[in-house]
Amino acid sequence: MPRLLACSQTLKFLVVQIKMAILDREYFDELKNVALNSLKSHEYLFLSLDGESSQFMRVNAGKVRQTGLVDDAQLSFAFVSDQNGGLRKISRTISLSGDAITDASRIQKSIDEARSESRYLPVDPFAVLPKNYPASITEKKGNLLSPFETANSLLSSLQNIDLVGLYASGTLVRAFANSAGLTHWFKTDSFLFDYSLFTKEQRALKGVLGGQTWNEQDYQNKIKEEGERLSFLENKPKKLTAGEYRVYLAPHAVADLISMLSWGGVSEAAIQQGDSPFRKIRSGEKKFSPLFNLTENFSEGTIPRWNEEGALAPEVLEIVSEGLLKNSLVNSRSEKEYKVKSNAANGGEGLRSPFVSPGKILESEISKELGTGVYISNLHYLNWSDQPQGRITGMTRYACFWVENGQLQGPIENMRFDETIFRLFGSELLGLTTKAFWIPEVGTYGMRSLGGSSLPGILVSRMKFTL
Amino acid sequence: MPEIIEKALKDMPSSGLEWIGIREVKETNTVRYVRDGKPQMNDKTESHGAMVEVLVEGQFAYSATTELSIAGLQRAAEKAVRLAKEAARFKVFSFSTKERPPVKANYQTPSLKPINDLSTKDLTDLLLKISDKLKISPKIIRTTAIAHTAETEVHFVSSNGSNAHQSFSFISGDFEATAQEGSLVQKRSDGGGRGRSHQGGSEFLFSGNIWDRVQRVAEESLELLSAESCPTESTNLILKPDQMMLQIHESVGHPLELDRILGDERNYAGWSFVKAEDFGNLQYGSKLMNITFDPTNRNQFASYAFDDIGNSAKKEFLIKDGLLLRGLGSLESQVRSKLSGVANQRASLWNRPPIDRMANLNLEPGLSTFEEIISSVDRGVLMETNRSWSIDDFRNKFQFGCEYAKLIENGKITKTLRNPNYRGLSVPFWKNLRTIGNRDTLGTFGTPFCGKGEPNQIIRVGHASPTCLFANVEIFGGAN
Repeated sequence: MPRLLACSQTLKFLVVQIKMAILDREYFDELKNVALNSLKSHEYLFLSLDGESSQFMRVNAGKVRQTGLVDDAQLSFAFVSDQNGGLRKISRTISLSGDAITDASRIQKSIDEARSESRYLPVDPFAVLPKNYPASITEKKGNLLSPFETANSLLSSLQNIDLVGLYASGTLVRAFANSAGLTHWFKTDSFLFDYSLFTKEQRALKGVLGGQTWNEQDYQNKIKEEGERLSFLENKPKKLTAGEYRVYLAPHAVADLISMLSWGGVSEAAIQQGDSPFRKIRSGEKKFSPLFNLTENFSEGTIPRWNEEGALAPEVLEIVSEGLLKNSLVNSRSEKEYKVKSNAANGGEGLRSPFVSPGKILESEISKELGTGVYISNLHYLNWSDQPQGRITGMTRYACFWVENGQLQGPIENMRFDETIFRLFGSELLGLTTKAFWIPEVGTYGMRSLGGSSLPGILVSRMKFTL
Repeated sequence: MPEIIEKALKDMPSSGLEWIGIREVKETNTVRYVRDGKPQMNDKTESHGAMVEVLVEGQFAYSATTELSIAGLQRAAEKAVRLAKEAARFKVFSFSTKERPPVKANYQTPSLKPINDLSTKDLTDLLLKISDKLKISPKIIRTTAIAHTAETEVHFVSSNGSNAHQSFSFISGDFEATAQEGSLVQKRSDGGGRGRSHQGGSEFLFSGNIWDRVQRVAEESLELLSAESCPTESTNLILKPDQMMLQIHESVGHPLELDRILGDERNYAGWSFVKAEDFGNLQYGSKLMNITFDPTNRNQFASYAFDDIGNSAKKEFLIKDGLLLRGLGSLESQVRSKLSGVANQRASLWNRPPIDRMANLNLEPGLSTFEEIISSVDRGVLMETNRSWSIDDFRNKFQFGCEYAKLIENGKITKTLRNPNYRGLSVPFWKNLRTIGNRDTLGTFGTPFCGKGEPNQIIRVGHASPTCLFANVEIFGGAN
């Protein structure tokens, strides 16, 4: 019974260490040992921790609508059994309670269940075994607002400003270990204030403030500056008719379009399985503009580079270079299935840190270069309307303007568009602005997200509005 | 855990507290997915935690934790009290205990065969068989089958006497065939995006004429390869229930959420074209339109006995004879807006605060048979199974796409059409509701994926609808 003994020794050790915080690296290391010590011969494990200690304050009309704290830690593992003719894979996730005995017990129960269940599963021909890739440790300490002074700091100076949004702040942890001996650790403090400022006529400007250090003066200055810009939105909006318009898409709008490429776009599996419009790029049937350059770029270090197997993605990977598809995103499953070399993409083969190369249009010259057309600051609710053909529908949102002869005339009523990526980033792309802006990922489904994208604005000769 | 939760509540410090509640949730999701006859995913996720919520000086605040010891819950309560005290100076509204009514109830999903009766082997074999049977031609390049089950236990206690328990069992299944010829790729599925979602036991997984449906999905994916593209015109549009669910969800459900009308969602999902003064006055649709909020409907996906603040659930008409009567607003939204609402303050899990959500939102059936609907149309298009959806932040300008369509000429179904899409404006569209199918045309669907709220939440909703005919709808096909 040597293995049982090892488990019980681990439990004793954990009892001693019970005061460790749930998001500390030492606690993860102890849980990792429990999990790995539970394995029998021909069994393998990939282990991941996703945790947060976050504050969420929801604001409406410059007042607190909802406020709260969330302490959450989820331990996931993929159990792989290499017996009876091939690999069988099962994944499990459990909540960590912070009580060492309880958590160790949950881990062992889950592994026992996975072991038992794996006997009834067919061989997974695309599963892989753990490897000992290069390890990584990242810890970024921030200087954040105390949760108990957030409302005062954010709202006391707003007075009559109609601000709506979500302030999220705290510590995020991502960790990884596998049975080949690899460990990654990523822990960061950060905040994000994702908000909109509204006029009395209910037209709005979008703002995002984020980072690792809260600076009260930066915030006050930003709100003041944006509040002054709001007045321009009070003009009567122009109603456009359906048709094609010359447009400038600001970085936030470009970020929304690029995010669609992670939804069955740049994925090798999606290309192979018929979903992706990039099939047409690969076959040469369609092409992007030579001005369009898209890379997966982790150099800012805002999100871990490792994937679900612990493999580190290249710091910079060209996806589209001068309009040509250089690389799709390939994970280990696709590598095995389609015989294409993996570039350590994540499970969904989506972009985690997209970067679009800037161009030559000066920010100060945007209106002049646009001439007569629509300045689109933000888009809303995008979806493929014909995915294999690369067609996307969505809405304009927030501060979008009609521009005539290089002069901003006033806001427009929101319009629906229906347009292909082959035109927006291809035949109709006239140029990109000289600066790439950092657009943080603001999603909070399940947990707060990490990372973001870095993009310039783009000038497009024709974009089709339908309604 | 119930005894710990109850004991923790008893031991809570009461100084300054107007109310305290603890909502413990344990949820286990299991997803099994196969593609092209090979396993892709065998996943089980267990999430277990509690949200401690307090009311102090008219301000609610919460602290959610996985530390479910008495000490852990007390720490959470202390933090929530501090948060509430600080935020109370800036509160959007001064709430009272009336927004947290005491509830003593027990609810259990009615089921004939418990989900756990499905063995790993039997379920995996079934999915593999579906995937295999879908592959009826070399032109079918991809087949998938998925089964998703969830079991959720909710225990809610509060300082004003709530002690209630709900035990849910959810089940969703879907399968899909992708066909290709040259550069043309078409898909067909069994309801689109796990539309066949129910509350109940394993009797609901791939129930009914499953093998007929597998054969039909495979054949229709091939049929679409040689079909004409949907024409571009303004015409009669007939929608089957698996597209009506999306139409109801996006153009009726979300715009009627009172928290949207109150502006809470303006930074994320958006606002609503519906205004407070529209209730009781706005003719939302034709006289045939009757929309009910019904969390009491047996085995529908989003049924429950009480919402996550303890408000007891009951069926309500939101729209009757086309007239807008009532919003999708919880007790909090009702007191803020002074409008009538429903029991719909729901949270996705223990780690998110409850907000106004749809539950089961249904279109009540009419009198016409499917054949009568078809025969009444000189020219039109019948569309089914959602594949694309987008609507503006005021829930007005929508564009939806379907997997499959049929042309109707002179009262008869003639050709198959591919890439069918339509667009419109919410109220004019519903005012053009011309004919509504009878109970025989009714389909009950749902989705596990309704996203809303800050912080973001995904929640289960159910939609039942008959087949419906709309006049003067702008339809169009795919990209050139």
